[in-house]
Amino acid sequence: MSDSTKPDPITKVSIIISKGSLEGIYPGLIMANGARAEGIEANLFFTFFGLDAIHKARHDHIKLATVGNPGLHMPTMAGGLPGVSTMMTHYMNHKMEQLDIPSIPEFVEMIADTGAGMYACKASVDLFGLEKNDFIDQVQDIITVGEFYERAAGGHIIFT
Amino acid sequence: MPNATVAGITVDRNDEGFFTDPNQWTEAMAPELARSEGIDELTDDHWRVLKFMRSEYAQKGTGPTVRVLGKTSGVSIKELYQLFPKGPAKTAAKIAGIPKPRGCI
Repeated sequence: MSDSTKPDPITKVSIIISKGSLEGIYPGLIMANGARAEGIEANLFFTFFGLDAIHKARHDHIKLATVGNPGLHMPTMAGGLPGVSTMMTHYMNHKMEQLDIPSIPEFVEMIADTGAGMYACKASVDLFGLEKNDFIDQVQDIITVGEFYERAAGGHIIFT
Repeated sequence: MPNATVAGITVDRNDEGFFTDPNQWTEAMAPELARSEGIDELTDDHWRVLKFMRSEYAQKGTGPTVRVLGKTSGVSIKELYQLFPKGPAKTAAKIAGIPKPRGCI
């Protein structure tokens, strides 16, 4: 680097997605996709409810959390009423579509196409009684936390 | 980097190496720009992307993101990353002499 005061650029990131709500999944996906667009190596590691993002039967039905989400600025009681989460999810998806943000299934596939690694957390897979077959084909492997750290070597780890 | 000579002509570029005046760019500059991005030879597929970048910029005033490229340039996301491993939209913009596309997706 010619300018010694300039910090070294980021060359690799490993992003952990641990939540299964719409607002819990998107940020990690956006960061992974953005990393690849900058030529940064990226791995995605799905753990706990974040596994829903790569679950064949579930990833098309990810919902926005309307309870316990003060950012929505709606009364918690209202957020818990039947159908409210579905309605708010629908609204959010519609807004994102207008901005040309892909749906979660499409986005995950797109990120895999960029060459990012996709892994499921073994402890969570065991906990939920899942197997490799439950996940979309883009998932390369089910790995332990130790294997995750090996793959994350030399880069930054981002937990979402 | 602000002032650089590409294919024998002096051009204005920003600190990151993007052209500040896309009108200064000519097709003859592309191979040299590509080499400095680690791409030894520009194939027809590369050119398809570069021309798409130029026409999108001319129409919209900003270059397309990778997602837009994948959807509309006729080159898939997978192929785009094979053609431009260091980031398709960013690298192609640099070689095509347009500013860096801004967009989060």
